[in-house]
Amino acid sequence: MPAHQLAEMLRRRQISARELTEAVLARIEAVDGQVQAYITVTADAARRMADEADRRLAAGEGVTPLTGIPVALKDNLCWDGVRTTCASRILHNFVPPYSATVVDWLIQAGAVIVGKTNLDEFAMGSSTENSAFFVTHNPWDLSRVPGGSSGGSAAAVAAGEAVLALGSDTGGSIRQPAAFCGVVGMKPTYGRVSRFGLVAFASSLDQIGPFARDVEDTALLLQAVAGHDPLDSTSVNRPVPDYPAALRQGVKGLRVGVPREYFVQGIDPRVEQAVRGAVARLEKLGATVTEISLPHSEYAIATYYLIAPAEASSNLARYDGVRYGYRAQGAPDVVAMFSRTRAEGFGAEVKRRIMLGTYALSSGYYDAYYLKAQKVRTLFVQDFQQAFQQVDIVVAPTTPTPPFRIGEKADDPLAMYLSDLFTIPANLAALPAMSVLAGFTEEGLPLGVQFIGPHFAEERLLQAAYALEQDLAGEGVMARRPTLPVKAATA
Amino acid sequence: MPLEDYEIVIGLEVHAELLTESKLFCGCSTKFGAEPNTHVCPVCLGLPGVLPVLNEKAVEYAVRAGLALNCEIASFSKFDRKNYFYPDLPKAYQISQYDLPLCRNGWVEIALPPADENSPARTKRIGIIRVHLEEEAGKSVHSSETIVGSEYSLEDYNRVGIPLIEIVSKPDIRSPQEARLYAESLRTILLYAGVSDCKMEEGSLRVDANISLRPRGATEFGTRTEIKNINSFRSIERALAYEAARQAQVLDEGGQVVQETRAWDELHGVTVAMRSKEEAQDYRYFPEPDLVPVVTSREWVEKIRASLPELPLARQERFQRQYGLPAYDAALLTETRDMADFFEEAARQWHDPKAVANWLMGDFTRLLKEHGLEVSQSRLRPGHLVGMLKLMEKGVISGKIAKTVFEEMFLSGQDAEQIVKDKGLVQIADTGELEGIIQRIIAANPQPAEDFRKGKEKALGFFVGQVMRETKGRANPALVNELLRKLLTAGQ
Ligand SMILES: [Zn+2]
Repeated sequence: MPAHQLAEMLRRRQISARELTEAVLARIEAVDGQVQAYITVTADAARRMADEADRRLAAGEGVTPLTGIPVALKDNLCWDGVRTTCASRILHNFVPPYSATVVDWLIQAGAVIVGKTNLDEFAMGSSTENSAFFVTHNPWDLSRVPGGSSGGSAAAVAAGEAVLALGSDTGGSIRQPAAFCGVVGMKPTYGRVSRFGLVAFASSLDQIGPFARDVEDTALLLQAVAGHDPLDSTSVNRPVPDYPAALRQGVKGLRVGVPREYFVQGIDPRVEQAVRGAVARLEKLGATVTEISLPHSEYAIATYYLIAPAEASSNLARYDGVRYGYRAQGAPDVVAMFSRTRAEGFGAEVKRRIMLGTYALSSGYYDAYYLKAQKVRTLFVQDFQQAFQQVDIVVAPTTPTPPFRIGEKADDPLAMYLSDLFTIPANLAALPAMSVLAGFTEEGLPLGVQFIGPHFAEERLLQAAYALEQDLAGEGVMARRPTLPVKAATA
Repeated sequence: MPLEDYEIVIGLEVHAELLTESKLFCGCSTKFGAEPNTHVCPVCLGLPGVLPVLNEKAVEYAVRAGLALNCEIASFSKFDRKNYFYPDLPKAYQISQYDLPLCRNGWVEIALPPADENSPARTKRIGIIRVHLEEEAGKSVHSSETIVGSEYSLEDYNRVGIPLIEIVSKPDIRSPQEARLYAESLRTILLYAGVSDCKMEEGSLRVDANISLRPRGATEFGTRTEIKNINSFRSIERALAYEAARQAQVLDEGGQVVQETRAWDELHGVTVAMRSKEEAQDYRYFPEPDLVPVVTSREWVEKIRASLPELPLARQERFQRQYGLPAYDAALLTETRDMADFFEEAARQWHDPKAVANWLMGDFTRLLKEHGLEVSQSRLRPGHLVGMLKLMEKGVISGKIAKTVFEEMFLSGQDAEQIVKDKGLVQIADTGELEGIIQRIIAANPQPAEDFRKGKEKALGFFVGQVMRETKGRANPALVNELLRKLLTAGQ
């Protein structure tokens, strides 16, 4: 059941926060053995938070739409006193003495945090196969990936192991797994949500955002985490609109742009069909549709794979075994300690990106690679600026294909990188973008559609996504849930 | 060829810690000397997920320093990451400024010693390329000489993140002595501007030097070496003099100077090779994505400029002009702002500035040194000195007694009049009383009296000394002289 309905029941005391939390914990117990969405389940803390929420609900004090709602955190978000691993051996034992601003705000809102979810190591990947601990499975088909890097959060929401979840999106890490798991995921405008306490991958691209079962819940969670934070200099001091209030405004007169460059060869026809179907629905509901051009789209992957690894190579340099985390034993001197710690502590994909990034920043190569990539980045901004003179939102596929099989692309990094082809431009241009369910394949795999808007136009995205979702709901599409074999004893 | 036939070319890189209360990117204290790792937090320790927030006071101080050094202040400036691995650098990068520093194109004027006694004082302008803002690293304590050779190293992160300015000079310096004078001028200016305490012994001021030689008249620069580990103003001159001689010898022997970093070994008075150019780090600078650019408004910069005090060289010139002080006195008194302020406050209340200057450069400086105090910590204030000078002028105390009174004022903070009264130090100017004493002394010393009468002027000095001893220095010297002459001759 979505959070906005649960919130109503909690307020009416038809259900207690403790009961709701116990139900979610039981669901985790029952299905997580197969889905493997969680790295850490914080059952005790969740129960305490639920009891606190019940006190608030009973007293009618400090009640927000999230009070008593079970939420999962991607395990790259710091929570004071709880292990934060980034799914990496190098942080396997790291317990931060502080919380991310978004975590503080969730706790203040009375949310119940049920655990920390799996991800590709340091959020580098598109399938959650790069976790140092285990692979998360797609609840719709356990032989398939849930997407990544926020695969654990997406799978947890899809499998009912959390009502809401937070993830982070650097090149599509919220939207791609949302599409693969048939849930809603949003990457807000860069600067809309504080990054303080999010373990950095690529600082100029990272953004925290919500996962939810539906668009209304997405608006509720966004409302709770959006806003200016003095601890993050890149967070923007600008009023936060009332997101839930924007939902029901409809799409009459909304100008929708469909970029022709996003329907290139290699796109799965089922994806294309679903996206075109979604566009047709919006048109039916009163939107006007125009084909537009985003001419630099083909450079997205190349640009991204210079900027993100360059920043990552610097951000991840602090994991040297000196102060916290994993330290290689028996090194004869400090240089050996550094290199052995990092050789043993990081996985293959992380090392690959650190090397790429180090190279791109090296003297003699900086101008040709990093600086050039930053210049190209401004071209993406211009592409979208021009597009948004003609249209109000851009509608595009979230991913080129439906969820692929576990192991299918694990040995082919380039093929894996291409699965972020359509999500990367919004990160490069700092734009808000979200993925919502557009339909299913014949075999029951979810298909996503992506909405991209101008800076700080989250309301407009929610409004269009909500209209589409309502239309699909009328045909029963939204009611479909993954069927998972449930462990009998505890369920 | 002899060293004199080479032109020495020197440029200095000076790091100065800023005097802000808190660190550059977090709220931790910057106080020196705390227990290791007590002034730290997740931000300066670079724990996963934390972000820097710029301390605006540090930007203000850096701009202040830039203005005091006659720099242009950038309206748009940014931070960059300087990447390298070292255990005392928690993020494995230092937040610094690379291509858009806060200040650039400045200069410092240094006063060169006159060529000989009769030549006028000369000044020379040393250009400043840039002044930028960055964060400090921590401090490592190794179990042996080097980190790689150590069994263990201990890290203190208290210093991590303290704001630092780096001041890079143009290669305008032409001698080890000029280098020292430039560094001392920088120190004085930064102290005046109130942005750094510039203590080389505590590491809040650090100097690295680049030095090369070229034949006089050449326009191309020679190959340079960089000298690190210089720990006092004196060693700047010593290290560079050594290095200049070393390079000259290498060149004279037909060799080539190797571009490298060398460390000054204070104990043995030599520079030793640390690392070659090939071993130099590639810092992989790139713009710091966690901070927004620094934009300074013209009004803000002008407000800071207006709040700057008169700077040392200008003040020195004014002291000569306004108070008629010799250049030497003016330079000494303007070395610190507190001393110069002290002088001016006293000189404003007294008609003889040279007398004020003498007391400050002499007894005052000596007492401060003896008690390890700064001018600001002295209990003796300008009013005390003026009060004492008044008593001297009125003849209440002699110059000799004044020395005692001055020291007493310095120790107790009481004023001169009180001290003179309490200790009975009033000068004996009573002719009758003095005549009695003098007659007794003459009677007791017939031989010197006889000598004087025979024309031995020196004998008078003996009698003056005896009278002073008898009166514990309280006798008015002029009166003593006059009475001695009268009474010695009267006895004839
Ligand atoms: Zn700190």
